[in-house]
Parts: sequence; structure tokens; C-alpha cells
Amino acid sequence: MDAKQKALADLIAENPNTLRAAWMRELAIDVKRTNLMGEAELQGQCQEFLMRLEHAIRHGELEDIGAPSWTPVRDYLTEVSQRRANLGFSPADTATFVFSLKKPLFMYLQERSGNDSMLVEQIWQTTALLDRLGLYVMEVYQKSREEIIARQQDEMLELSTPVVKLWDGILALPLIGTLDSNRTQVVMETLLQRIVDTNSEVAIIDITGVPTVDTLVAQHLIKTVSAAKLMGVECVVSGIRPQIAQTIVHLGVGLGDIVTKGNLAGAFEYALRRVGMTTTPIRSES
Amino acid sequence: MERIPILRMGEFLLVTIQVDMHDRLAMRLQDDLTEKIAETGARGVMIDISSLEIVDSFIGRVLANIASMSRVLDAQTVVVGMQPAVAITLVELGLELPGVLTALNVDKGMEVLRGTLAKAVEEQGGDRHPT
Repeated sequence: MDAKQKALADLIAENPNTLRAAWMRELAIDVKRTNLMGEAELQGQCQEFLMRLEHAIRHGELEDIGAPSWTPVRDYLTEVSQRRANLGFSPADTATFVFSLKKPLFMYLQERSGNDSMLVEQIWQTTALLDRLGLYVMEVYQKSREEIIARQQDEMLELSTPVVKLWDGILALPLIGTLDSNRTQVVMETLLQRIVDTNSEVAIIDITGVPTVDTLVAQHLIKTVSAAKLMGVECVVSGIRPQIAQTIVHLGVGLGDIVTKGNLAGAFEYALRRVGMTTTPIRSES
Repeated sequence: MERIPILRMGEFLLVTIQVDMHDRLAMRLQDDLTEKIAETGARGVMIDISSLEIVDSFIGRVLANIASMSRVLDAQTVVVGMQPAVAITLVELGLELPGVLTALNVDKGMEVLRGTLAKAVEEQGGDRHPT
């Protein structure tokens, strides 16, 4: 460890509280959305980070933050950026957490240093280090955001396939949102499994909530209906909007001999008839 | 040699596939069933595949063929109890068993068979039950 590095570590070790206070003032200026995180939590983060940073500077190389001696710092930064990603901080705000430490550090360096040439070198070394740490934070932040997106996609997939029982032997599958191959696969499997579980004879696929139908989606629909038919279950497709009907015909996708009904009510009535029921109004005896 | 039993129930033949089909077994079933239909003059065949978990393109094709052959031999065929995974596989393979009746389970399959046969008899003027 050279003298400059030692000086930097000493500097942090000797003034942890004043440095932290200056840093937090910087953060308050630079970061716009202060309401996302409480003062106490931020203070804790700053304190913990400074402690680990000082330790790493004292025992490691400044050039290589991938080295084992930097692991505690990296781990803590990972934790901090994941927390910020979850809280909804912007990427810039997250990076600022590290970058805003520069100004207070430089000020302290300047105060302590008599030798000008050493000061410039020290500042260069420190700024390079903080840049590297800042970039690392960004990387982790990006990854956490992607994880959040992937998780939400999975959740949507689960939410989006409710198979409801309308009557003994009649199932309905109201589809909402765009259908892609991934989702259709889940939809198909859930529907067929529910058919087996509930011993149903008719399944209604309601596509009122599907905004667009292209050839692929139509193909998927036909596949689902065919698979259900192989299991001895009739499928009725309902809720095809005028726009979609036009698209289907323009695309030249024949829906084959699939039964279609205008709305869910129509499909339900048809399904009731298929299982041998009729609907009659109750006549009040007067 | 292993073979799949074919049970006779009145006018109907009942085939229950309880093991995973391999190619030889499938071909043998095809031979046995067609012969049995010709021999007994059965009017309906029910193939229960509820225990069948895995199909490949060959087994799928043989299933479709068996069903079509019994149709040709004037026996109404109904395939019952197909598992969701099997149904999806067959659709992906493009084997949608055209002209074959399907039902969810044996109970409903029997209903379907009786229903279609009754209709056929009606159309022929009831000549199967001479007065």
C-alpha cells in the first residue's frame, strides 16, 4: 500500500461522521426523489459504505475492485442498488449515491495536503476508484430492474389464465390482453387440465379482452380448440369484436368448424343446451 | 408375447391401453382389433387411452389409423380419456383425428356410442330390430 492510499484510508477513518454529513448534504442536493427513502436509512447506508470502503482501501488495490478484498464493498453496493431498484429510484439517482461522495472527499484531501503534485494524483486516483464503483452500482441496478420485470411477467402469466366454472360441465376462459405463444401454452395447459379436473363437456373461450388477433394468435386458438376436441370437449369462442372478425377474414385464417358466438351470454346459452339444459323465465303467479 | 386385451361388451368392443405403447404393440393392436371387428361384427369400438401418458408421431398415427380402420369396418369409434399433454402433442403433430369421436371418460364415451348408434338405426328405418 502506498502513501497516497494510506492517506485516503486515514482520511476516511479519522472523519467518518463529518464526511458522512457532507456526503449526505451532497446527496440531498443531487438526488431529486428524497421521499422514497427515510433519512435514517440513508444515513445507515452511508455509514456502512464508508466503513467498508475504508477497510477495502487499506487492504486492497485501488485499480481492481473485482479483487477479493473489495468483496464486502461490492456486496454492500449490490444490496444498496437492489434496494433502490425496488424502491423505484431512477438509474441516475442510484449512481449519484456513489458519485456524490467525490466532492466531500476532494475537499478533505485538499485541506490535508500541502503538496500540490501529490494532491492532483490523489484526486485522480480517488475519482477513478469512485467511477468504477459507480459503474458497478449501475450494473447491479440494471440487473435488479430486469429481475423485477421478469418476475412481473411471470406473475402476469399466472394472473391471466383464470378458468372459471359456469355450470356443471361448463367452463369459461375469459382471455384478457395480448396472446403470445408463451401465454397461449399456459392457457392451453390450464384449460385442458381444468377440463379433466372438473369433468366438463363444454368450454367457452371468451376473447372480448383480446385487443388484436393475428395469424399466430388465431393459430393458437385453433390448436387449443382442436386439443380440447381430442379430449371430447366442445369449445365455443365468444366475444369476437367486429374489427377482429374483419382481420381474421382478411388474413385468410379459417376458423374451421369452430362454433362462435357474439358474446359470453350467447355462448353460455349454447353451452347449456349442449349439456341438456334450457333457460326459461320464472313466471310470477299473480 | 405382450398384447392389449380387447373386451367384448354386447355390440361394442372395448380396448383399454394401460401400458405405454411401443411400436410393435401398436401394430399388433391394429391387427387384432380389425380382425376382431370383422369377426364379431361389432357396431362400436371404444378405445380408452386414459393411462397413456406419452405419444410420439408413430403411436399418434397408429391411433388415428386404428380409429379410421374401424370406421371403414362400419364400427363407430370413440377415443376416450385423452390426457391434456397427449392432446397437445397430437395437435402439434397435426394429427387431429378427423372423423373420430372423442369423449372425456368411459361413461361419456358409452353415451356417445349409444347415441350415434341409435341415430344410425333410426336413419336406416330400424331394420336392425325386425318386428
